Amino acid sequence: MRVGEIVTAGILALLSIYMMYKASANGIGYTTGTGPQGGFWPFWLATGMLISTGFIALNWVRRATPQSRSEEPVLDRFGVKTLLLVGGGIIGFVALIDIVSMYGAIAIFLLYYLKLLGQHSWRLTVPMVVLFPLGLFFFFEGLMQISMPTGLSFTDPVYNVLYDIIY
Amino acid sequence: MEILSLLGDGMLVAIQPLNLLLILVGVTVGLFIGAMPGLGSVNGVAILLPVTFLVPPGSAIIFLAAIYYGAMYGGAISSITLGIPGASTAVATTFDGRPLALMGKARLALVAAAIGSFVGGTVSNILFTAFAPILAAVALSFGPPEIFALMLLAFATFVGLGGDDIAKTVFSICFGLVLATVGFDQISGAPRLLLFDLTGFLGGISFLVLAIGVYGIGEMLWTIESTRGEISKTDADISVKGVIEDMGETVRKGWKGTAIGSFLGFFVGVLPAAGATPASLMSYAVTKMVSKRPDEFGKGHVGGVTAPEAGNNSASTGSMLPMLTLGIPGSPTTAILLGGMVIWGLTPGPRLFVDQPDFVWGLIGSFYVSNFFALLVNLSFIPLFIWMLRMPFTVLAPVIFVLSVVGGYAAMQDMFDIWLILVFGFGAFFLRKFDYPLAPAVLAIVLGPIAEPTLRQSLLMSSGDPSIFFTRPISMPIMVVAIILILLPALKYLRPRRSSVAE
Repeated sequence: MRVGEIVTAGILALLSIYMMYKASANGIGYTTGTGPQGGFWPFWLATGMLISTGFIALNWVRRATPQSRSEEPVLDRFGVKTLLLVGGGIIGFVALIDIVSMYGAIAIFLLYYLKLLGQHSWRLTVPMVVLFPLGLFFFFEGLMQISMPTGLSFTDPVYNVLYDIIY
Repeated sequence: MEILSLLGDGMLVAIQPLNLLLILVGVTVGLFIGAMPGLGSVNGVAILLPVTFLVPPGSAIIFLAAIYYGAMYGGAISSITLGIPGASTAVATTFDGRPLALMGKARLALVAAAIGSFVGGTVSNILFTAFAPILAAVALSFGPPEIFALMLLAFATFVGLGGDDIAKTVFSICFGLVLATVGFDQISGAPRLLLFDLTGFLGGISFLVLAIGVYGIGEMLWTIESTRGEISKTDADISVKGVIEDMGETVRKGWKGTAIGSFLGFFVGVLPAAGATPASLMSYAVTKMVSKRPDEFGKGHVGGVTAPEAGNNSASTGSMLPMLTLGIPGSPTTAILLGGMVIWGLTPGPRLFVDQPDFVWGLIGSFYVSNFFALLVNLSFIPLFIWMLRMPFTVLAPVIFVLSVVGGYAAMQDMFDIWLILVFGFGAFFLRKFDYPLAPAVLAIVLGPIAEPTLRQSLLMSSGDPSIFFTRPISMPIMVVAIILILLPALKYLRPRRSSVAE
């Protein structure tokens, strides 16, 4: 944790410097007649971020915070496994949206999480996988008139049937 | 007496069968729209605006105001049950509402939110009825320096909201404010801070993207990892007797927060451009500051739920005041209501109270009725929301992830935002591990678009002289209080260090 604390502060300091650099492209001074330039506000805020990371580093040197004293790992084996299985599952879910549609991706993600990670019965999994995306479809597309991505063309027959119900 | 007579007439208009039906439908629809992450009162009012052409203008605005009320109540539901603030106004409700739910006291949190909202709404209705013209004049005296001073005061309260590590809190505030500047410069119109030259940033970063990333993804991953996956479900009892007991506990423990939120929220809501989010945050911070046990806040204090809920509901009614009396919308939702009124041939402004008294007092009467019905509908749906919480965590977690992604997409309808949610989510997971407070960043991204233009306008007014904030009678005391609030925790931070060095 102690190493992670200073590495995180370092990454955030680099991010702050990058934001200062990007903000400076819009000008950080004051122009008579038009007031502060576009980069003025974000530049000085990013400077505030950089100064804060300096204080975080100072606290690290002084071992003033629990994280700067802790010798525990940032992620143990369980943490790594959780991040890979749950976090990876979410990334897979989002990646599938453009292929199998939003509602198709929801169904696949629910199947993965409920059956593989949660180890629930088929009696719970199947109704959730079918009814939850359907309920969301009718709420968003029917009631709220918000269209979600429909994926590649092979999903069209399913959506044609569903849209016929709404319209 | 004349006001009471006009209000009585207005109430009679509001309880006509058609209007009563519209109020009931409006608050119910609003409740569910508000409870859905990614959707808030602005979506509900905007989407259902065309529906209102089927009824007379007076009934139409009553219907939209009822949706507005319902959504304000509903925002707390996702904050408490799912831990995701559905709207920026409900971010502060998450601080204590979610811990209460995790302690098995979700029913208490939901009841406290409903009661706080009801009292806040009622107090603001009374203030609205009695002082509308006077307060409209006060609101007009707030120029850019005063609004910026108010924003600085809100940021000062963030320092108190953060953890013990002030450097991390300040980082979080500045980070949220910088993210709010991504996109186009509001004044020059030039593209700004297109990070890594990605064109997706041209549209800016929505509050919801950061909020859903932090709370819907990051916080959930952290909960699963830190509890070693041992949360099976949240225990919560459903019974009428329990709801009544919770009402008593809300009154005992949450009255101070409710009172502060009700009055402070209304005042902040009245100010043009301020709105319900700073109102809820400031109500929370002030309640925590004056509490005898401030350390209990953030861990499941009833006052931490009633204060922001009373504050945001009170501010919602307050924000109607500049809309009706001056024609200035105080929030995005009231801007749409204003548009609706113009379409129906009503002209908001000082003449509205004189030219259309039936309409105005009918609307004010409907605020009282809507608020009452919103309480009833909210309380009657509590068993349903509790039932949701009783699902095993391995069922609830994927549902929350799905709602986060769907809600994130529904707000802007851009896949770039969904990927950004994931980036913020994973980033928030790691920052949470190192105890970075992330709520200030979420709130800063909401207030940033108000703070920056008012700062720039103020400096333009003074030809770049920052003393403008300290020479105006309203901005000066607000600035002084803000600076004291910023310095107080800093002094507290230094004091133990000095003593430990001395030892």
